[in-house]
Amino acid sequence: MSTEAVDKMIAAELHLRPDRRLPGIPLKKPFSKTALTIRLTLIGLSLLTVLAFVSFDYKGIQVFQGIYATLLNLKTMFLQPRLHHFTFDAALFEVLITLGLAFLATLFGAVIALFLGLFSARNLSSPIASAVIKGLVAFIRAVPTVMWVLIFAVAAGLGSVAAVIGMTFHSVGYLIKAYSEAFEEMDKGTIEALKSSGANWWQIVFQAVIPSSLSYLMSWTLLRFEINFSVAVAMGAAAGAGGIGYDMFMASGFYFDLQEIGAITYFILGFAILLEIAANRAKRKLMQGK
Amino acid sequence: MLIKARRKQVDYFTAKRRHAYLFWGLLLLVTYAAAVLTQYDFVQGLSSIPGALVWGVTHFYPNAESLAKFPDVLRTLVETLLMSIAATTVASVFALVFALLGSQTIGVHAGIKLASRSIATVFRNIDVTAWSMILLFSFGQNVMTGYFALFFGSFGFLTRAFLESIDETGSHSAEALRATGAGYISVICQSVIPAALPQLISWILFMIETNIRNATLIGILTGTGVGFLFNLYYKNLDYNAASLIVFVIVISILVIEFTSNYIRKVMIG
Repeated sequence: MSTEAVDKMIAAELHLRPDRRLPGIPLKKPFSKTALTIRLTLIGLSLLTVLAFVSFDYKGIQVFQGIYATLLNLKTMFLQPRLHHFTFDAALFEVLITLGLAFLATLFGAVIALFLGLFSARNLSSPIASAVIKGLVAFIRAVPTVMWVLIFAVAAGLGSVAAVIGMTFHSVGYLIKAYSEAFEEMDKGTIEALKSSGANWWQIVFQAVIPSSLSYLMSWTLLRFEINFSVAVAMGAAAGAGGIGYDMFMASGFYFDLQEIGAITYFILGFAILLEIAANRAKRKLMQGK
Repeated sequence: MLIKARRKQVDYFTAKRRHAYLFWGLLLLVTYAAAVLTQYDFVQGLSSIPGALVWGVTHFYPNAESLAKFPDVLRTLVETLLMSIAATTVASVFALVFALLGSQTIGVHAGIKLASRSIATVFRNIDVTAWSMILLFSFGQNVMTGYFALFFGSFGFLTRAFLESIDETGSHSAEALRATGAGYISVICQSVIPAALPQLISWILFMIETNIRNATLIGILTGTGVGFLFNLYYKNLDYNAASLIVFVIVISILVIEFTSNYIRKVMIG
């Protein structure tokens, strides 16, 4: 088969696939167990919410006064944003550092997750290897990113190395799950056909599995890059990773400078929206390019 | 003819190879730039992983002394969990109203649709980190700081998610019901919400999981809840107690993930 024919096949298959990010819609009429579960879940959540408000230690705070003060603060922040402790160029540079942290973590995460994702996909791997990796992923994801970063900071010192490695850990956990699900959706017939024609495992992976799921892999990776950008901001603030997050932490915790927080928030917001637009455009191009 | 076809084929492969070189070259360049910018040291990065693992095994485990702090840890953990759940549920009520007002199929007025969508976009794009910094000014070191930070973040995300679910599931049954002459409120209560409910609950459960992870981060930033306690032990180099906190957080997140997966399975089938 020529490469063009394979490409066409892949394109046809991709178009048929539903968007897998959305949970399935129940087509059948809900029977009583479903209705009961929904009701119990809603009641449980309401009770927990009431319990939360009753048990909170408010320390005599005036909630409504606090909300009013927040609104006033928001007005100062967003209507009079100003940088006091550094220049516009410096802020731009700091955002680039944050972007760099996010990029490195996403890249390392994607490379590691690609291989582990293959071993974790049920149709390409043994059940034991798949179960072991999936268990590991569940554990990695259960530890919050900031804790990974702080744990690595003990060995590597606070800074970009600990931040990137810690963020990579979480990205690996996230991407393995996404990648292996993309691989598992792969048509069983294609793999069997290649196997019976004598192709070995690596040939099947690199000639069929990865090319056919490439656009999905890329769009998950781009999504993780967007997430990692905001994670990198948080790590700058909470784990001394540098970048714009650290400046924000200083403006809030040390200088008590509302106007500067407003300006920094605008910077982050602007870059987040730019990133989202760029990622969406890249995704659309990838889907069309097939 | 044959030569022409072959040349075309050769051109195709050269172009493809050129594209690949360009892509990998660019990736390498950006990686290098990012490493220089962030002062990331690849050698140190690689060598720190085995170092951290060895350190983790030899130092990062709860011992008898840290178990004495278990009641304190449990109390703050419960507070943090309840805060995450309460923030999510209250935000979901607001998000439902905004999603109904902003929905393409159910919404009433183009201006209101645009307004509620824009509000949700702004809230969604301001990260919980920024919210907690902002709220720290007016609420201080209080559980309400974390609560509102999670609330605003969840509100933006859930409105977006609810909008998509409602637009996707609600439109057909709403149309059918509207054709029978049902009023606006009964269309929403009898068809739109019931049709989308399993998906909405699924999103709420997802948001609770996310919020519990975020709550730890917010706790570190604002000095509240279990995140604060972790930071306190960590900064005092009491790694045994800090590991106890990681341990209980992992357990509680796994339990909540398991529960919500079970609910999803029964609900969606």
